[in-house]
Formats: sequence, C-alpha cells, structure tokens
Amino acid sequence: MSTATTPVGKAGEYLDDRTGGATLLKHNLRKVFPDHWSFMLGEIALYSFIILLLSGTFLTFFYKPSMVEVIYNGSYVPLNGVKMSEAYASTLDISFDIRGGLLMRQIHHWAALIFVAAISVHLFRIFFTGAFRKPREFNWLIGVGLLTLAILEGFSGYSLPDDLLSGTGLRIAEGIVLAIPVVGTYLSFFLFGGEFPGQDFIPRLYSVHILLIPGAILAAITAHLIMVVYHKHTQYPGPGRTENNVVGYPLLPVYMAKAGGFFFVVFGIIVLLSAVATINPVWLFGPYTPSQITAGSQPDWYIGFLDGMLRIFPAWETTAFGHTISWNILFPALILPGIMFTLLGLYPFIEAWVTGDKREHHLLDRPRNQATRTALGVMAITFYIILWIAGANDIIATAFDLSINAMIRASQIGVILLPPIAYVITKRICLGLQRRDRDRLLHGRETGLIRRLPSGEYIEVHAPISDEERVTLLQAGAKKDEVFALPESTDDNGVPAPGGLVQGVRARLSRWYFSETIPDPTPDELHEAAHHAQELAENQQAQLEAGKPS
Amino acid sequence: MSDSHEAAALVPAEHNGHPGTGSDLESIAPGLPAHRLRLTDTDARAAQRAERQVAILFGLSALATIGFVVAFFAFPESETTITIIPGLFEPSESNLFLGLTLGLAILFVGIGAIHWAKKLMVDEEVVDVRHPARSPDADRAEFETILAGGVQESGIADRSIIRRTLIGALALLPIPAVLLLRDLGPLPGKKLEETIISENIRIVIDGTQRPLRPEDIPVGGLVNAVPENLEEVEELEGTLNARAKATLMLIRLRPEEIISQQGDDWSVQGILCFSKVCTHVGCPLGLYEQRSHHMLCPCHQSTFDLADGAKVLFGPAARPLPQLPIKLDSEGYIVAQSDFTEPVGPSFWERG
Repeated sequence: MSTATTPVGKAGEYLDDRTGGATLLKHNLRKVFPDHWSFMLGEIALYSFIILLLSGTFLTFFYKPSMVEVIYNGSYVPLNGVKMSEAYASTLDISFDIRGGLLMRQIHHWAALIFVAAISVHLFRIFFTGAFRKPREFNWLIGVGLLTLAILEGFSGYSLPDDLLSGTGLRIAEGIVLAIPVVGTYLSFFLFGGEFPGQDFIPRLYSVHILLIPGAILAAITAHLIMVVYHKHTQYPGPGRTENNVVGYPLLPVYMAKAGGFFFVVFGIIVLLSAVATINPVWLFGPYTPSQITAGSQPDWYIGFLDGMLRIFPAWETTAFGHTISWNILFPALILPGIMFTLLGLYPFIEAWVTGDKREHHLLDRPRNQATRTALGVMAITFYIILWIAGANDIIATAFDLSINAMIRASQIGVILLPPIAYVITKRICLGLQRRDRDRLLHGRETGLIRRLPSGEYIEVHAPISDEERVTLLQAGAKKDEVFALPESTDDNGVPAPGGLVQGVRARLSRWYFSETIPDPTPDELHEAAHHAQELAENQQAQLEAGKPS
Repeated sequence: MSDSHEAAALVPAEHNGHPGTGSDLESIAPGLPAHRLRLTDTDARAAQRAERQVAILFGLSALATIGFVVAFFAFPESETTITIIPGLFEPSESNLFLGLTLGLAILFVGIGAIHWAKKLMVDEEVVDVRHPARSPDADRAEFETILAGGVQESGIADRSIIRRTLIGALALLPIPAVLLLRDLGPLPGKKLEETIISENIRIVIDGTQRPLRPEDIPVGGLVNAVPENLEEVEELEGTLNARAKATLMLIRLRPEEIISQQGDDWSVQGILCFSKVCTHVGCPLGLYEQRSHHMLCPCHQSTFDLADGAKVLFGPAARPLPQLPIKLDSEGYIVAQSDFTEPVGPSFWERG
C-alpha cells in the first residue's frame, strides 16, 4: 500500500518493501556519538583503508605480478635496456607512462603509512583511557589483530615492486624463515617455490596482498564497527555524562556530515601529500638483484622496530647434534614480536584479573588516574621507540657523525635500562597530577593573587573551581581507588584455600597495581574543606576589615 | 537522565543525603551544560554568510575538478620535473598538478561538509540511554533452553559413536588442505649447501664478465665478482637463484697484512675471495673500509675482518663469511679451487 508522494519517499518504499531496512535504520540513524578529537584517530585508520582499497584497485589494473625477466624500454631513460622483472618494469610504467599512475602509487603508499600510524595512535588512546575494559575486550583483540594484519599487508605491498630495496627486505624475511627450527628450510622452499628468490614469490605475495589480507582486514573492521555500534561509544567524564548514558551528536545529520566530511579531509590531505612529497621512488633504487645493496637501507616505519631488534640482538647461535639454532634471528624476529603482540592482546584480561574488576565501563579513564597502567604503557612505548631508533642507527650515526658501534651499544643498554626508568617517571608524574586534582577539589584553584594580611602574613587567594570541573574530577577519580578484595587465602580454620599460591600472586599484583594511588576526597572531606575555606575567607576578611584605618 | 541518578553515581550511598561541598546536590552533578546558541543560530545574516561559505567551498571543489581534467591533458609527461627548491623539491610536473587539483577537489568537499555541520546543522547534544552489553536474563534462559533442546533433539550427547567418529573425521580433514600445499615448492635437499662454483671456474667481474688476473686488482682494492658460468646458468634458469648464493668479492691485501685465512693456500698473491652474502640474514655486503679491511653489512651492521679470516668483529652475525679457495689457471686467470667448503648465507636448521 503506497502512501508516499515524493520521489524520495517512493524510492524508500520500493527499497523497504524488499529489504525491510526502515526498521533497522530508524534505530540507528539517530545513534549518538560523543565528540572528542581523540575519537577521530580510529576514523583516520578506517578512511585510510578505504583510500587503500580505491588506489590499490587502480594499481592492479596496471601492475604485473611476474618475476619473468624483461628488458626495460620505457620513458625512464636511466634504466632503458636494463634487465628487470616484469613486476618492476610495470611499476616503472605506472610511475612514468600512465597518467596519474605515480600519483596513485604515492597515494597508496602514503595511505599505507598513515593507516598503520593511525591504528597505532588509536591503540594508544584506547589503552591509556581504559576503553578496552569490559565489555570491549573482544574489540581490543580484533584491534590487535587488525594492527598485525596491517603490518603484514604493508610489508607485502612494499615488497611487490621488486626493486632493490624491497627485494633486500624479502631476502631478510627469507633469512628469518630459514632460522625457524626444524621446518625453516622447508617453509622457505615452499614459500619461494624453491630457492630464493625464484620466480613464484611475487605472484603468490600478490594474491596474499590484494585478496587474502585485505579480505581479512575488511571482515575484522566490519566486526570492529558492529561492536562499536552495539556497545555505543565510550565517553569522557563530564557534567551530565554517566556510565548509563551517552552524550553526543546524532548520526543523522551532524555526525554523518562531520565524519563524512572528515573522510574527504583525510583523503584530500593524503592526495596533497602525494602531490608534493615523493614516497618510495623505486626508479632510483633499480631492479632487485641479490648481489647489490645500497647503504642506508631502511624499511617502512612500522617494520623499523623489528629491524632494530635484529640489529642490536647479540650474535648468539647454537650448534648441537648437527643442527643450528640462530638465536640471533629467532629471538628478535619471531619470539620477541610474538611475546609483544601476545601481551598486547591479553592486556585487558590480565588487568581485569589483577584488579578483579568485573564491572562494565563506558566512562573513560583519565590516564593519570590509572598511574600503573599509564606507566606500563609508557614503558612499552619507550621499549618500542628504542628498538625503532635502533632500526635507523646507521642513518643516525651518519647524520650526527656518531660511531655506529657506540650507537648499537647505547641501544642495547637503553632497551633494557630506559623502559623501567620511563615507568617510574610516568608513575610519579601521574601521582603528582592526582595530588593536584585532589588539591583542586579540596582547596580550589590558585588564583595567583597574593594578599598581605594586617598580621604581616602573605597568603595566596584560592578560588573555588567550577561545578563542571568538580563533577568531572570526581567522576574521573571515582573509579581509580577501588582495590578489589580478593578471596580469603585461608579459610576460617587457617587451611589454605585451593589455588592459594596463584591467588597470593594475584593479591600481590593487585596491591602493586593500586599502590600509592592518591585517594579521592570523600564527601566528608569535601564538606570539611569547603567549610574550612569559608571560615578562612571570613577570618581573613575580618582581619582585613580590622586592619583598615578607621 | 535524572540528576539524582547522576549524583548517586558520584557519591557513595551512605552519603547521599550529605551535601558534599556545602552547596546542594545539583551543584555536584549539574547535568548537561546548557546548550549555547551559535551566532548563526541567532543572526540570520551570519547564517546566510555561513551558507555562502559552504557553497563557495563546494564550488571551489568543482573548480579544482575542472583543473584536474585540464592538468590530465596538459601534462602527459610524467618524467618532466619542475624545480621548486633545487635538489630538494623537484616534483614531476604531471604528479604535482594532478595531485594538487585532485587533492583540493576532495579536500574542499570535506571542509565544506564540516563547516556546514558546525555552523548550520542543529548542534544540540542529545542523550541516549545505555544498556548492559549482556542479554536480559529471560533471553539467556530461553536461549539455553533452545540450545539444550537442539542438542537433545540431535542426540549428539547420547550417541557417542556418532560424536566420536564425527570428531575423528573432522580432525582428519585438514590433512588434504595441508597436503595440497605440498607442491608449493621442491624439497630443499642439499641446495642450500652448494653453489654453481666448481674447480677451475673463472672468477669474473660482476657486470662485465671480464676474467681477472692478479695484476688487475690493486693492493687495497675490492672487486665485486661472480663465477664465469653464472651468466649461462641465469640464462638457462631464468632466475636469480644462482646469483643469490654465488655472489663474491675479491680483495687484495699486502701478504703481511693477512692475519689468518680459512684454509692454507686459499689465496693468490694476497688476493682473497669471500662470499658476499652476510651470514646473518643474507644481505649482500657493501661497505668496505680499505685501511682496516673491515667489511660492514649495510642492513644490520655486522662487521667482518677480511684480513683475519672474515671473523665477526661486531654486530649480530654469528659466523665468519665463507672464504672461497682460489688459484690461477694455466693462462694466469683467477679460478676457484673448488666450491665453498661450507654453506654460504644465513644459518638454517640442517646446516650443523
């Protein structure tokens, strides 16, 4: 039964008759999204991925995933007559003989770099604000999976042009596969269709790069976003914001216009970047050959930490019973990243186990209020950054005229020494900020006005903070100091409960996690402080009055 | 949301009647801040101005798109560059103009949409109620009943022989999937342990294929070399596999500079031949310091002392570079005495 009169209404009815979409959309079109700049980081990642799909599809029309040797005969004169793989030759064609081809290649590469960077910074935001807590632990896991996939996808794409730099990267990857005990040699032969480099790898990598991993990423992003919609977005504490509501703009129209507009902004900026900033000029590197290398070989930024670890790990190798284990490769390239990503993925579960917190959380933490978590995060980032710097140690050594050996030694020591120092410093800073928040709640803000009382005493005038600030501070702090009582380790008769040792460790970890937290002022304390402040003010006023010349 | 509910979230229950700061509860939990009107909400002229601005931004986007079409036909040559900052910023003409026009065309749409949302769309924040992520108890119970009923109806719990054979059958199914991958590549065999080098194969300059006599290499010099048969093998196989293992370097030292080498009489007149493949993860070596005879791997900075049996001085490599025994043939050219006596390149499990 048609009731619509406008063309749009008629089209809507046509669609709804067949899909029943109106019921679904009426609930979701006015969905509320809170506004905060830090919520745009994940959006940047999402938009970069869309840009990658668009630009990548264009590139597949012209790129030839083949390692068959050809003689180049194209517009780029310096390489004319040079033997190279068809993959490299077609990359040169895209760069020089197809209008807009170079632009698309650069868009694709810049978007890839920004994709991984946005995921990483988005992850920091989620971590430091505690957005991974119940009920969002699975979404954290999906996110860690996406980060891993993004790095693999980036590396596989970086390797496709078959230029000297990316081929060297593949050579290193092959060396790493060879280091896997027992099966490494076989794996390498299966991956490369025989010996390195062979003729099979680039075509195989191509289907992985354009089908397998992007498909997995797309599926994971879909699940990630469905969960965001289902859970409703987290929000920062503030007046009117509680664990039981979400305050923000409706999807239609404001959020759609802002987020949609932001997609165009991200896209536009990446295109402008690709217009003016050269990225990965493969024509300068030449075709891959296993006998050549350029000094200062650097991978894309997200591989840097792996390369750094590979550089600074000691030269340990064991040979026993006719077999070799290369710890110098196995540990930095496989075991360590395995540990890093496993810990990253499990963190929400570890923290919940330590704190015993089983509540749902929708209000975000201010990082300072979770001093231990924040310090752990900064510790991990410090560790990562030192590895990352180590990955560029030759560039740094050349640029700053340092000894490469000293650089490596410094990284080796720094990677062990600096993370714990970062932990301690961060924790101190957080506790200091907690104290400041407490002071502001109890004594108000410092106005900077100094007054001299008739008694000769100098005082600084404090002014009460705004209600908005007070509610924000109290709400943000309300979650930080609840040390959860763990089950009694012994029963009434002093018999240790089963699992006592594990629970004991848990209790100790829990105490450590919450140690030194500055308690929020209790309502009584707030009341008393307000009362005291009022008295003080009256007292001072009286003194001033009394001291006035009559 | 009611204010009292918010207050309850802030103050523990026993303090609920207790005004925390001496003022009333409303001031602890003041609720959403009042909506502030924008200039465009109150001033029709400001709104018109904003509308014009948005339209201009969309118009600029359209202009930039036209610019893109013009640039597409005006600059067909990708390799023509323009110098904006000499040596630093010399972009390709086509890339620069296509990118600038397309980038602006896209960017202006985005800025226009955001400007529209910020200035003209209703900007009142709305509040939505959250529900716990879990399903209501009734739904859970119903789900459990349905699930248990389904399990019951299938009989999978009771008919253990069906259950076990099914698990067994499913457990075997990955085998074909894995087996199908078998032909991805041949088995390694001894391939990693041998190269195409054998006795009396000449060592020639990589690139020119010129054979070398000792006097062709100055003292202190280094030559990137390959076995003479490499070209032929590459032609035949069409791959770089042979090159990946057989790439060599020849260096010449004064005989008294040689501290040690890996075999007796493996050198000719102070000329030593080494594998050019790093023993760490296989990068070709590239940075030779003539005075110290140190060879540095540009990938991970392993440093080898070529005068002292190519021992590792520094860095992550665990083994010296394999040395190739060389001699002179009847015409006085440098040739191999044999293949390498150990596998070249990175370590692997079977290497021993």
